[in-house]
Amino acid sequence: MTDIGNAFIQAFELVVGLDPDLAEIVLLSLKVSLLAVFLATAIGLPLGAAVALFRFPGRGGVIVLLNALMGLPPVVVGLVVYLTLSRAGPLGVFGLLFTPTAMIIAQVLLVTPIIAALTRQVIEDLWSEYEEQLRSLGAGPARAVPALLWDGRYTLLTTVLAGFGRASAEVGAVMMVGGNIDHVTRVMTTAIALEVSKGDLALALGLGVILIVLSGTVNAAAFMLKEAAIRKHG
Amino acid sequence: MKRYFFTLSILAALFLSISPPTVAQEKFITIASTTSTVNSGLMDAINPLFEKKTGIKVRMLSVGTGQAVRLARDGDVDVLLVHHRPSEDKFVADGHGVKRYDVMYNDFVIVGPEEDPAKIVSVGEARGAMIRIAESKSLFLSRGDDSGTHKRELTLWGMAGIDIAGFSGQWYRETGSGMGATLNAAFAMGAYTLADRGTWLSFRNRAGMAVMVEGDPPLHNPYGIMLVNPAKHPHVKAAMGQQYIDWIVSPQGQAAIAAFTVEGQQLFHPNARQTQGS
Repeated sequence: MTDIGNAFIQAFELVVGLDPDLAEIVLLSLKVSLLAVFLATAIGLPLGAAVALFRFPGRGGVIVLLNALMGLPPVVVGLVVYLTLSRAGPLGVFGLLFTPTAMIIAQVLLVTPIIAALTRQVIEDLWSEYEEQLRSLGAGPARAVPALLWDGRYTLLTTVLAGFGRASAEVGAVMMVGGNIDHVTRVMTTAIALEVSKGDLALALGLGVILIVLSGTVNAAAFMLKEAAIRKHG
Repeated sequence: MKRYFFTLSILAALFLSISPPTVAQEKFITIASTTSTVNSGLMDAINPLFEKKTGIKVRMLSVGTGQAVRLARDGDVDVLLVHHRPSEDKFVADGHGVKRYDVMYNDFVIVGPEEDPAKIVSVGEARGAMIRIAESKSLFLSRGDDSGTHKRELTLWGMAGIDIAGFSGQWYRETGSGMGATLNAAFAMGAYTLADRGTWLSFRNRAGMAVMVEGDPPLHNPYGIMLVNPAKHPHVKAAMGQQYIDWIVSPQGQAAIAAFTVEGQQLFHPNARQTQGS
């Protein structure tokens, strides 16, 4: 009980004291995860929409694969990215291992299937609802993509937020490819893992509280943007 | 459309702000070391002195000795600082490292619940303590992760003449994780475990646990440092890495190691000059 109580006190002290190390870690966490989600969205939305609207051989297999990849274990993704970026690996010459870039690559791999799979479902549902109407207007699947993405934007926002949740909460991949290097690749989740390994459970939980608040803030901002957009455009 | 422009410019700013650390403008070296040197706070205490003197930033990776050696062998780091002499000698002999330098030592301790169910405190030496733990089938947690501490623990079982693999999953349990996680688990289960003194002293969650056996020669724990061979990995920052090695074995580096204390106790004892030039 004392540890849990201490955790809130420590979290409060860290935030109020504007601890510079904490600010750096929070900022890096946000940068890495937001960029990863942005890139994953740029890949996942068109990919999901394409799978939803086009008929091609092996489509069923692609859908199953996308859905299954939503459950990719972060530590496996981390391992694959690690082996690829290692100096002994195929992309070793770039020297990207243990940099924020490596962490972004790993998170893009984790988040893209989530966004693509959920987008596929959303767009497929919209398509079955509006197919007749769109076809009567002369719009086939290809021309319907932007219209359907736009129509489903509020649902798709939730999809992107699910991706952000995955990115900001995972520790296995960023630990392995980032290395949890102080001032370089240390993010919230790896900092928590480090404090646990030092036995400072109260500080670890305190950081956890801050991470949850941070995630809540991002989601609240998205919610308010959405509400504002609905009021303006209907 | 203004809204999207705004969002895009925020993302662009993010991109720009993230690129500097990845394009090597800053002078830095990467060192693979063990949890015992990093998590104890030693590296945080001494590295700023080197950084201030040379302007070279030090990036520390804190992993088990097995993984650290692997990182160095693949050329993913510039310098290796670990504590398992046979692995270190093999690393240099195989041509992956240039030369091994003594840096410092501390010692391992056998820790356990204060009640001491196997009655090992009175034994006073490691080999006998291991035999008593095995005879009484008291819970013992192993790192099980190919770290320097794990390798030493296996050596101790070997000295005691106990074939430990046969008891895995019974009273002998392998956590497969770091020193901290293993200490947390030992604390929760009331088990014995082998720990390096640095991690033990700086560990916060140790109520009800105590040092049972210490000061026995088989528990001696020396650390060695070596440069990853630039002949094998041309991108290794050989000059800066060697600069770090020269510094840590210099009187200034050695004094910094000696000056580092946790709760008033010195964690590491410098021993570089005893064997320099060998």
